[in-house]
Amino acid sequence: MKPDTSVKIGRLKLKNPVMVASGTFGEEYRELADIRSLGAVVAKTITLKARSGNRPPRLVETPSGMLNSIGLENKGLDFFVKETLPALTRFKAPVIASISGDSEDEFAALARALQKRKGLSALELNLSCPNVKHGSSEGLIAQDAEATGKIVSEVRRATQLPLIAKLSPNVTDITRIAVAAQDAGADAITLINTLFGMSVDIETRRPRLGNVHGGLSGPAIKPVALKIVWDAHKKVKIPIIGAGGIMGHKDAIEFILCGASAVQVGTANFVDPRSAVGAIEGIKEYLVKNKIKSVSQLVGRLET
Amino acid sequence: MKQVKAKIVSNEQVAPRYYKMRLADRYLADNLKPGQFIEVRCSDGSDPLLRRPFGPHRIFSAKGVFEMLYEVVGRATTALSNKKAGEELDIIGPLGNGFTMAKHAIIVGGGIGIAPLLALAEKMGGGKKSALQVVIGARTKEAILCEKDFKRLGAKVIVMTDDGSYGKKGFTTDALKTLLQTPNSQLLTIYACGPRQMMQAVAELSKEYHVKCQLLLEEYMACGVGVCLGCPVKVRKDLVDHEYKMVCKDGPVFDAERIVW
Ligand SMILES: Cc1cc2nc3c(=O)[nH]c(=O)nc-3n(C[C@H](O)[C@H](O)[C@H](O)COP(=O)(O)OP(=O)(O)OC[C@H]3O[C@@H](n4cnc5c(N)ncnc54)[C@H](O)[C@@H]3O)c2cc1C
Ligand SMILES: Cc1cc2nc3c(=O)[nH]c(=O)nc-3n(C[C@H](O)[C@H](O)[C@H](O)COP(=O)(O)O)c2cc1C
Ligand code: FES
Repeated sequence: MKPDTSVKIGRLKLKNPVMVASGTFGEEYRELADIRSLGAVVAKTITLKARSGNRPPRLVETPSGMLNSIGLENKGLDFFVKETLPALTRFKAPVIASISGDSEDEFAALARALQKRKGLSALELNLSCPNVKHGSSEGLIAQDAEATGKIVSEVRRATQLPLIAKLSPNVTDITRIAVAAQDAGADAITLINTLFGMSVDIETRRPRLGNVHGGLSGPAIKPVALKIVWDAHKKVKIPIIGAGGIMGHKDAIEFILCGASAVQVGTANFVDPRSAVGAIEGIKEYLVKNKIKSVSQLVGRLET
Repeated sequence: MKQVKAKIVSNEQVAPRYYKMRLADRYLADNLKPGQFIEVRCSDGSDPLLRRPFGPHRIFSAKGVFEMLYEVVGRATTALSNKKAGEELDIIGPLGNGFTMAKHAIIVGGGIGIAPLLALAEKMGGGKKSALQVVIGARTKEAILCEKDFKRLGAKVIVMTDDGSYGKKGFTTDALKTLLQTPNSQLLTIYACGPRQMMQAVAELSKEYHVKCQLLLEEYMACGVGVCLGCPVKVRKDLVDHEYKMVCKDGPVFDAERIVW
C-alpha cells in the first residue's frame, strides 16, 4: 500500500504535510537536505524595506530549546523577488512567502507586489510584529483580534494567493484571534510562532540576548503548541498548520492528531537539516504500519 | 559542505580543561581549510540541542584524519569530553571561509583561540619556517597550549601569561606591539583568535602599524550556514554606513579593518 500523504490547505495542494518554518531554512541547505521532497518551504519573513535586525548576541540555548532575537533582519522586497525567490523555486517544492510590516498598507503593498510572482504558492502573514496603530510598544498585532482581522482582510483584498495567518502563542485566548483571522478571509492559520522568553547570566548580571528578550522555540515549547492547536481546532473550520518543537515524525503526528492539517519544522533544521525530510518518511511508515490510507484521515482524530 | 558521521580515533585530556579529539573522515580531512569550521552535534538528545562550532586544529589530509582542540566550558563541551574512541560524531562541514595565506606572518592566540591557528601554521609550513612568529597568551600556565607544536615548525614563539606564572607577564598585545616596532613590519600579516577584548586590541595595533590583520571571530551559532541570521558581526559597509555580516557564512575570518567594535 502506498499511503496518500497529500494535504489541502485551502486551494493549495501539497504532496505531503511537512513544511519548513519561516526563518529556519533557506537554499543554503541545498547540499544537506533534499529540498525537492518538502511539502513546502516558508521563506524568511520579509518587510517592504530592508531591516538590519537586533544587536548581538541574538541566540542563546535554553533547556531543550533556544531563544532568538533576530529582529526580522531581511534585505527587503526587491532582493526577495530578484534573488531569494528564484533561488528557492528552482527546487520545485512549493514556496510560501512570509510577509510582515508596520501597517495595513505595508502588508497590502507586499501582497500586491507578490501577487503574480512565478513559483510563489501562498502568503504567510507574520503577525508577531509590533501593533504600531495601537501605540503600545510591547503589543503584537497577533495579540489583538481586531488588528489581526483588519490586516487579514486588507491583504485578502490585495491578493488571490492562498493566505495563511501565522499567530502568536503569547495571548490569553487563541481562539478569539484564530476566529478573527478566519472571519477576515484567511485560508489557514499557522500555530505557533515563538513564545516570549529571557535568559540571564548571573555572573555578569546581564541578559544573554542583546535585545534582552526573545522568542523561545524547540522541543521545550511543544506541549504549549499542541494545546494551542487543539484549542483552535475546536473553534475554527479552516486548516491549521502546526509548529513548535517538531523534531521528527512522532511530534508531527501528535500535532496532526490535535487538529493540524500540516506542520512546520523550525529549530530542528539547525540540529539536523534532514529533520523535515525524515519526518515525511516517518509519517509514511506510520500510515503503512497502522493501515491508514491517507494522512488527512488523522487530522484531529485525538481520542478523548 | 556535507553532513558526515566521523569516527572518533582518540579523545584525550591534554591539560586540566582541554581535550584533543582526533576524527577520521576522508571528505573533511580533504576539504577542511585552516580558519574554516565544523558544526558538531555533541549529544543525540535535546540537551544540548544545537550543534556547536569548532575549528580544525590539525589537518592530516593524507591520513584522512583531523583534530580538534577544545576547552570544556559548558554542557556541549562536557558531553564531547565524555565521548570515547570508536564512537561516531555527526558533523556538518567544512563551513565558512578560511584564512588567506600570506608569506610573513605573526600568529596571535589567546587561550583556546590558539587551537585553530596551528592548522594555519602547519599549512604555511614549508620553506620559510623561521619567518613565522607566534605569540601565545593565557591567564595562567595551565592554559598555555601548543607551544611545542609551533616550535617544532621552527617558529619563534613568545609566551605571555596574565599572572606571570609562565613566559612573560602581560598580554599577547604587549608582545605583539614589540614585534610590530621592528623595521619592515608593515610587510607582515597578523592572524589572531582569542577573547573579544584581545581581538579588538590586536585590530587597533594593526591599524596603528599599518599591518594587514585577519581575525577568526566567534559568535553563538545555530545553523552555521547563514540561514538563521543569528551570528552577526557589525562591519563597515562604506565610509559612512555599517551593516551586519554573518560570522558563519561571511566569516569566520574577517579583515580586522572591516570590524566595527
Ligand atoms: C568559528 C568557531 C570556531 C571555534 N573553534 C573552537 C575550538 O577550536 N576549540 C574550542 O574549544 N572552542 C571553539 N569555539 C567555541 C565553541 O564553539 C564553544 O566553546 C562551545 O560552543 C561551547 O559550548 P558549551 O555548550 O560547552 O558551552 P555553553 O554552555 O554554550 O557556554 C559556556 C560558556 O562559553 C561561552 N560561549 C559559548 N559559545 C561561545 C561562542 N560561540 N562565542 C563566545 N563565547 C561562547 C558562553 O558565554 C558561556 O560562558 C569556536 C567557535 C566558533 C564560532
Ligand atoms: C532563528 C529563528 C528565526 C525565526 N524567524 C522567523 C521569521 O522570520 N518569521 C516567522 O514567522 N517565524 C520565525 N521564526 C519562528 C519559527 O518559524 C517557528 O514558528 C517557531 O520557531 C516554532 O517552531 P520550532 O519550535 O519548530 O522552531 C523563527 C524561529 C527561529 C528559531
Ligand atoms: S549561525 Fe545561523 S546565520 Fe550564522
